[in-house]
Amino acid sequence: MIAQFIDGPLWYFSSIVFVLGVLYRIFLIIKAGVKPDLAVPRQNGTFGAVRTMFSRFVPRRDIAKRGRLQVVAGYMFHLGLFVLLFFAKPHVDFFAERVTGVGWTPVPYWVFIVSAELAFAGLLLLWLYRLMHPVTRLLSSTGDHVGTGLVFLVMLSGCLALAHSFEALRLTHLLLAEMLLIYFPFSNLMHAFTFIFSRGFTGALMARKGINA
Amino acid sequence: MSKNFLAGKAELNQQIDARVSAYFSSCVHCGLCAEACLFYTETDDPRYTPIYKLEPMRRLWREEHTFWGKLAVKLGLAKSLTEQDFADWEELVYDSCTVCGRCSMVCPVGNDLAYMFRKQREGFSKAGYAPDGLKAATDRALTIGSPMGVTLHTLKATLKHVERSTGLSIPIDKKGADYMTLFSSMEIVNFPEYIESIARIFDAADVSWTISSTAFEATNSGIQIGSKEAAAEIVNRVVTAAEDLGVKHVISPECGHAYTAIRWEGPNLIGRSYPFKVIHILELLDQLHREGRLKLSGTTDIPLTFHDPCQIVRRGGVVEPPRNLLHVVASDFVEMRDHGDMNWCCGGGGGVSANERAEELRVKVFDRKKQQLDELGVTTMVTACANCRLVLEEGLEHNDMLMDIIGLSELVAEHLSE
Repeated sequence: MIAQFIDGPLWYFSSIVFVLGVLYRIFLIIKAGVKPDLAVPRQNGTFGAVRTMFSRFVPRRDIAKRGRLQVVAGYMFHLGLFVLLFFAKPHVDFFAERVTGVGWTPVPYWVFIVSAELAFAGLLLLWLYRLMHPVTRLLSSTGDHVGTGLVFLVMLSGCLALAHSFEALRLTHLLLAEMLLIYFPFSNLMHAFTFIFSRGFTGALMARKGINA
Repeated sequence: MSKNFLAGKAELNQQIDARVSAYFSSCVHCGLCAEACLFYTETDDPRYTPIYKLEPMRRLWREEHTFWGKLAVKLGLAKSLTEQDFADWEELVYDSCTVCGRCSMVCPVGNDLAYMFRKQREGFSKAGYAPDGLKAATDRALTIGSPMGVTLHTLKATLKHVERSTGLSIPIDKKGADYMTLFSSMEIVNFPEYIESIARIFDAADVSWTISSTAFEATNSGIQIGSKEAAAEIVNRVVTAAEDLGVKHVISPECGHAYTAIRWEGPNLIGRSYPFKVIHILELLDQLHREGRLKLSGTTDIPLTFHDPCQIVRRGGVVEPPRNLLHVVASDFVEMRDHGDMNWCCGGGGGVSANERAEELRVKVFDRKKQQLDELGVTTMVTACANCRLVLEEGLEHNDMLMDIIGLSELVAEHLSE
């Protein structure tokens, strides 16, 4: 009964909350509006917006040095998670069956293992840093820890489910993923979508002034 | 709850646009912005983390623009923004931020924190939570016409000295001139050599120029304190004068915030485009040199470096012109390790130098510039902002550093071909 609920109604409910929640947050941003810039630009803002969306993936030299641990751990976590989420075989099958209708080539098992290790190590390093460094300790809210904790549990249960192939573990993983989907639009996990706006706005504004931001 | 606080809160809420909403939605509290801020790097005080200084605005955004925030306040699970928050953050908002925008260049999610600082100050200023020094400067700018109380008589007295030392006649209110030039109060009072230099350069390059008797002041305290009404009035004076004289260009002087105010914010403050172009003095000098109108000869072989004024370079986009000019007139010009759009601020921009309460902190964070200069071992520093120059001179004095500081326009004038 619980299994059917997790596999069925809860999955649809969490997916709807996720999609509508994300769209609502994006709507709120757009609704707030931006006044047109009347200053004569030096360059086209649109090109700058696109450029900054990509250029911010590479940290500035000074920051790469001063914030080395966060930069490296951040890359480990995000790249590892990206591979796990979109290229682990069970996820590819799941997307094909329930979301996209078509599948794609998953990564080999050893790549999955490496990605999982990178993602875990990165996430734990970032979490420890958040707890221990005076700056991140001051900035961090309960929401930051809830988000990190949920992502950690989803990853942990997913790896255990793949390693042991127990139905109970698969259901636990799905239940936690569903909780994450519901929590997502109400948290700063939203940065996964809104970073495009942030980088775009800044890139456009600065490009108009002639600066590659 | 005071009336001013409510007005300030309403103003702050009005400042939350799509950009600010996207920025707060994206922030993951990584704290990397701290590593780009000299107030943090030189003190290790986590309160000086740029995004933390924006906490009042973030709280209001959460309270007014997010589902959870609204719900949490209604259920009593979160506190609404209070007047005490304004009081608690005033020092962080005005004393420990020069709005230099270095943090904006490093945020992994692309947040332009300087844009948010500028907006947050609108709310603080409206609520009355701004430093006395900045309030007084803004009052003087609105009533007298200059934040330092410089009047037309003061300017004319300075111009007389310039005319005597150069033998040139300084044009005032010349209709139809190509260029109308502005000065910062500091240039008129502390660095009249700037006025002398451009008079000589314009004469040599046969530039048609004038000064307006009704709008010669470039400094815009409204931008610094965060009052769009005051800022608009100051910009409007310049626009009206330029239109009355029918000039083709307005020249922004060696002053950082003046350039941001007149070039980038001005049209948005007054709600219309200008019928003239705004050009920075360094852009003009570079252009005149490239056109062959400004003939320079000889180079200085003194080892020197260039301090990039944040609002002219990183936030203004005038990156190459100073370098082009320096390469022409200096044979031993060396860059600081972090330069151009990643320069470190002098520590006194954004109204910090006009804020007496911030002096101790400003002197402390000069350590960053000291380290940069110590690495190079040069004996001369060139800059292009009168405010930077004054702050740098104080910093050098405080640290017993022997170094000359010169404005770039002066250096160029020293190399005019006979």
